This record gives sequence, structure tokens and C-alpha cells, in this order.
Amino acid sequence: MNLEGLEMIAVLVVVVLFVKVLEQFGLLEASYDDSVEDELELSAVRHRPEGLEKLEAQTRFSRKELQILYRGFKNECPSGVVNEDTFKDIYSQFFPQGDASTYAHFLFNAFDTDHNGSVSFEDFVMGLSILLRGSVQEKLNWAFNLYDINKDGYITKEEMLDIMKAIYDMMGKCTYPILKEETPRQHVDMFFQKMDKNKDGVVTIDEFIDCCQNDENIMRSMQLFENVI
Amino acid sequence: MAAGVAAWLPLARAAAIGWMPVANCPMPIAPRDHSKRQDELIILNVSGRRFQTWRTTLDRYPDTLLGSSEKEFFYNEETKEYFFDRDPDAFRSVLNFYRTGKLHYPRYECISAYDEELAFFGIIPEIIGDCCYEEYKDRKRENAERLMDDQEENKDSKLPNMNFRETMWRAFENPHTSTMALVFYYVTGFFIAVSVITNVVETVPCGSTPNQKDVPCGERYTVAFFCMDTACVMIFTVEYLLRLFAAPSRYRFMRSVMSIIDVVAILPYYIGLVMTNNEDVSGAFVTLRVFRVFRIFKFSRHSQGLRILGYTLKSCASELGFLLFSLTMAIIIFATVMFYAEKGSSSSKFTSIPASFWYTIVTMTTLGYGDMVPKTIAGKIFGSICSLSGVLVIALPVPVIVSNFSRIYHQNQRADKRRAQKKARLARIRIAKTCSSNAYLQRKRNGLLSELLDLTTSEEEQQHLNKSTSLLESQHHHLLHCLEKTTAHEFIDEQMFEQNCVESALQSYPSRSPSLSSQEGFTGTCCSCRSRKSIPLPNSSMSTTHTHTQGLQELSALHIQCAEQQGHSSSRSSLNMQPNEVGRFNCRERQITTAIISIPSPPAPIPEGDGHGPPNPGPSISTTASSNIVKVSAL
Repeated sequence: MNLEGLEMIAVLVVVVLFVKVLEQFGLLEASYDDSVEDELELSAVRHRPEGLEKLEAQTRFSRKELQILYRGFKNECPSGVVNEDTFKDIYSQFFPQGDASTYAHFLFNAFDTDHNGSVSFEDFVMGLSILLRGSVQEKLNWAFNLYDINKDGYITKEEMLDIMKAIYDMMGKCTYPILKEETPRQHVDMFFQKMDKNKDGVVTIDEFIDCCQNDENIMRSMQLFENVI
Repeated sequence: MAAGVAAWLPLARAAAIGWMPVANCPMPIAPRDHSKRQDELIILNVSGRRFQTWRTTLDRYPDTLLGSSEKEFFYNEETKEYFFDRDPDAFRSVLNFYRTGKLHYPRYECISAYDEELAFFGIIPEIIGDCCYEEYKDRKRENAERLMDDQEENKDSKLPNMNFRETMWRAFENPHTSTMALVFYYVTGFFIAVSVITNVVETVPCGSTPNQKDVPCGERYTVAFFCMDTACVMIFTVEYLLRLFAAPSRYRFMRSVMSIIDVVAILPYYIGLVMTNNEDVSGAFVTLRVFRVFRIFKFSRHSQGLRILGYTLKSCASELGFLLFSLTMAIIIFATVMFYAEKGSSSSKFTSIPASFWYTIVTMTTLGYGDMVPKTIAGKIFGSICSLSGVLVIALPVPVIVSNFSRIYHQNQRADKRRAQKKARLARIRIAKTCSSNAYLQRKRNGLLSELLDLTTSEEEQQHLNKSTSLLESQHHHLLHCLEKTTAHEFIDEQMFEQNCVESALQSYPSRSPSLSSQEGFTGTCCSCRSRKSIPLPNSSMSTTHTHTQGLQELSALHIQCAEQQGHSSSRSSLNMQPNEVGRFNCRERQITTAIISIPSPPAPIPEGDGHGPPNPGPSISTTASSNIVKVSAL
């Protein structure tokens, strides 16, 4: 009985091996094809910007400035578009002490005006044009757009709290005075106290622009980065 | 249209004259070339090395950087050339692509650098010529494997919220994550070893009872072996059930090789329990005990070398299949030949062809047991041919398997080494990061001191402080300063932070320092003042160090550690003008609290909660500062 059982097993093993061998040859070509197809990766998304003349017309930069901007942009992202992860990486390098990824996410959404998940050179340059060469109204508009996370035209307290937390995250933990849990919330409350004139819990674009235009501090700081480029 | 043949388009168009006599309808209007430019030489300056080519060469591929208007972004008006700040060596192959239509991959080039260059110039790597494509793909695959290894290590880092099940699964897969996992790992390993050893020792003949000859230990100490077996199987069963519970995808887990081995290892025991009564199938039961040896495969979870071996065999499946196939062919051929050769001789052991299989296998693998030997001359001749060819057939696929194993093994070694070095690398990277943030803190102190120096009008010292920072650095620091102003908190370094934490823990009461009270009289320009009122300062010992400027300036208090002042002792000396004030400081733990008139920089561009009253413009500082005593002390 024992022998027969083991004999059976031995014969089974030999048969299985043979089948495997045949399999190798029978399906050899097919598996090879599959592997070749797997290796065909999709080439990375590439994007070429519109011509210099067109960009010159659309933005307030001169030709030379556009050239300089493009060189820097293309150096960092050879494929011509920035996706969110690359943007977060780049932005985080300026704030080594804290965690800049949340704020970078909001910034990315503010630059990515067509919401296609990537910032092309046109988006980049349009944003910069507004921020550096735009009128005060346009700059305030841009800031409002940044705070309005869901782009519905109102800044709610929750949206502002998210933004505020993201800003405080960039400070990291080694600050003086020590960051408390409720600091962002208090800051948001102060903000709403100032901006929300009709106390309806949201800040509209008109309230925002009105209030900022009446505040000398803010007005002065808007001119701060005129000569960045 | 294949861009390479663009140069022949004029010929094709000219030859279209041949259709004109035959055509019945009028021809469409030809497109006019508006820019009647002569073909001109373009100069491409790549990091100093000048390449020149015709414009039409570049225009052949209009969807790349050089072939489109994108290169205008890099045009330099003064020198009338296109300047690219890239690697000139890699650019050679890019330019050759335009010239010849074939892209080659230089072997000395690093694969990721080359990829970046191609991405920069807008060329897809798929058009690399056949001559270089294999090499390119191989290098890319190696690189991807290496990156994948790194990513897998990163995945091991603990995710913040993992439920119990996921924690358990991670503990099973990676024993180094927690102590419990390590304990579990060693316990199971121990029991696998115990189980295998008992299986082996069971069959050893131990001691003889006087009335019988040697009996195997298994029959002598049946109960003991049975208990050990039961214990091991229980452990294995529990382990299997736990793994089954924790697996993220139970169906996939049940199909995996390791779980099948687990099941096969413990099944014989349960089947044996069920079937002990029935004598007929006890024979099969004995056969089943053979499968207990599969428990040894459970060691592959514990040994990486075994896993590598298994993975190698799997990846060399085609070579192994070829080896087996060719061996089978050779065995059949030689067995047949030997059978017919030895048929004539008397009392030959070669009774049938299958019986000759044994001889053939033993001879081809050069074992040569000698239990079957050919006696006829023909048999001996064919026997020697058989053994010679056996060596060849086996030696051919083996190097492929060996090289595969070597590649995988070395990859594993590299991954282990990288993991070991990772800690050191991360530590170095962290140091570099803190250097940059420390640079900012350093600069802050320099900057604020230079403001003080403004008052004492020491120009040279101010320049001495400022010369070390480049424009980029100062802009970066300005950005950080704006962030500080927005959030009304300041960056400090880790040691200060820890000291502050310690002090705030020691403080039993939130004492308000006089600085706050003196701020009540300020028109707080920065919300820092406002928010500071609600935050108790941890260090209430900074007593009298404040300038009481009524409503004209902002105050920021900085803790400066003595150790970091060594470099500025020269500049500080001029500030130690009021030694009588030193005594009034409670300098605890070598801390210095300095009240410094901060720069009335405009608040950050992001609108703040309270812009309550404007900061006074600069000129008023000097007048008010002179009326205030700025107390700074340096130990």
C-alpha cells in the first residue's frame, strides 16, 4: 500500500513536470508578448507653451522677462508642466522648518486655473502677471480666489481655518511663542471680525475688497513684491 | 509624414507636373511661403560649446523644442544665438537626431540624466534606434527596480491611522516593526525547527528492547512524539488562522504559495486524526506523513536566501524548462540506443527501454553508480557518447540560471546596504536642512543688530555683517520674515524651543511679563502684539529689558543663546555700553533676552486679522530710539 501510494505520487510529479515543460514552450511566445507590452510605458506628458509674442500680449511681462521665467521653469520641470507633487517639493524647500505641503496644495489650485491637475507655463506666467504687475483690485481678487477653496464666491470660516492652519503648519514647531492649538482659530476669528461686515458668517468678494482697500497696512504690503522679477 | 524625407518634398511636388495633363479638374491653390527666408545657419550655444546647423535641419521635427517656436525663449539678442544651460555631451546625441533622424543612446551616459535631457528637448525616448534601444531599456528597467526597492522601504514607514488588522498584517510581513512581531517570528521559527527535527528523529532506531530488534524512536515513545506533533500543529494552525484574518485580501492570500505550504503542512495531522480508526487506509495515512516534510518550506518566510532562490527559479522557468526538455529528449534517445545495443548480450540488465532510462540518467549526470553497465562493444561506445553529451546538455542552461541568481542576489545585497545607509543619509540630509534654517536665524540676529548699529552709526560693521549673504539668501530670508509677521510667531532653533518647553512646564502660573503690560500702551501695529496678550510668556524673567516706546514701535523679544554670539563679539562690544544694566538681568541658563526695535516692515501681503493703525514710517525711529535705553547684554 505504501509503495503504491508513493509510486502514484512519483508518477504525478513527473507528469506535472512534463506539463510545465510543455507549457513553457507552448506559451513562451505569448508571455514574451505580454512582457513587451508591459514595458511600453506611456511617455510623460509634455507640453509646449504658446509663442513668445502671444504670451507677451496676454501678460504684462516683457520679452526678456518671459525668457528668464521660462528658462527657470523649464529647468525645474523639463517636461513643461508641473504636477502637484513636484510643486509641493519645490515649495517645501523654501520652508525647511515646517510642513508646507498643505499650503502648497492650495497655492497649486490657485495657479491651476483650468483645474486639469497640472500647472503649465501659461498658468504660471498668468498667475505671476496678476501678482506682480496687476492692479490692486486684481491682486485682491487673486488672494480671494486663493482663500475660496471651493470657488463658490464665499469664504466660509472653515475654508479660512484650513488656510490658516496650512500657514501655521509652515512655521513648524520650533517657534516663539509656542504655537497653541487655538492660535489659527483665533486668527480666523480676528479676520472675520474685520472683514465680515454684515456678520453673516461668510466673506464675499466685495466685503473683502472693500475692507482691504480701507486698510493701509494691507494696501502698502500689496506693493511689497513689485520688483521680484 | 516622416520628417526625415522632408528634404525630398520639393522633388515630389515638382514631379507632380506629371499629373497635370491627366487631371480633369483644376488644381487647388498652392500654399504660399510667407517668410521667404533663405536657409540660415543657427548657432546653438550649449554651456559654451557652439553647435551650428541649418534652420531647416531643426525644422524637420516641429514637435520638439528645437523645431518649434519654443526655442525663441532661449534666444539671446546680444549674441544672436540660442543659449541652453544644459550638458553639451548629451546635446550631441540630441542634435545628431535632427541630422540623421536616428536617436542613439550613449552608453556612458547616466540613464536618468539622459531621460531628463530628452524631456527637456521634447523628444520621446521611444524613437531611439534599434541599435541602442535594448541597452536603453535594460538600463531603464534596472533603474526602475532600484527605485521600486526604495519605494517599498518607504512604504514600511508607519502610517498614522492603521486599524488592528492592518497592524497585525504589517507585523506578520515585516517582523522588525515591533517587538511582538519579532517574538512571534522567532517562536514560529523555533517550532518549525522542532517539528522538522522530530520528524527526522522519529525514524531513528533508538535502543533495543530485549525481545525485539531496533525500533525507531517514533514507535518507542509514541506518546511523546504525538504530543510534540500536536503542539507544533496547533501553533501552525493558530498562525495560519491569524494570517488569514489579518490579510487585506483573503482570497489572494489563500491562493499564495506560502499559504498553500502552510495548509499542506498541517493537513496530514488532521487527516491522521480523522482516519486513525480505519485500518485499510492506514497505508495512505503513512504516505501522507511524507507531506509533513513540507513544513521545512515554512522557513522561507524566515530566510531571505531561500526566498531569493525560489524567486530565481521562478524567473528562470524558461531555462529550466528547456533543460528538462532537452534532457528528456536525450534520455529517450540514448535509452533506446542502449537497449537495442545490449539486447544481444546475455544476462543484460537492460530489460526494457524504461529500465534503460535509469542507466541513461545516471550516466548523463556523470553519477555512474555502476549497477547497470554495458557489456557489448557497441553498448560501451554509445555509453561513452552518452556521458559526454550529458555533460554538454546540462552545462548549457546552467550559466543562465546562475547569472540570474547572481543578479537578483546582488540586487538584494544592494537593497540591504541601502537600507542600512539610509539612516545615515537621512541624518545628513536633515543636518543640511537645519543648516539652511539656522542660516535664517543667524541672519535675523545680524539684521536686527544692524538696525541697532544704525543708531550708533557704525557703517563698516554693518557692511561686515551684511556682506556674507547673497541676494538670493536675503530674498529667501525676507520671505521667511514675512511668514513670521503673518503668523505673529518667530522661528527659533531647537535648543531654544526645548528650553522654552521646559520652562513653560516649570512655570506653575502664567505670569505676565512687564513686556506685555508695557505693550498696552502701544498702538499694536502687528497682530503679534494683540495675540501675545493671550499667550503667557514662558520666560517671565525678562524683566526690565524693554523699551517703552509709546505707540511708535513694535517689540519683538528674542532669545539668543550665548554660544552663538562668538562670531559677533566684535560688533557687540559697542553695545555693551551700559554695564550697569547688566546686573538687572536675570540671566537664567545663559539666555539673553534682548529687546530690539524690530524693523517696522510692512505686514505680510496676506491680509491679517487686525491692521490696527499703521506703523509709523522709518524716520521716526531714530528720534524715538535715542530717547530710549536699549539694553543689551552679552555674556
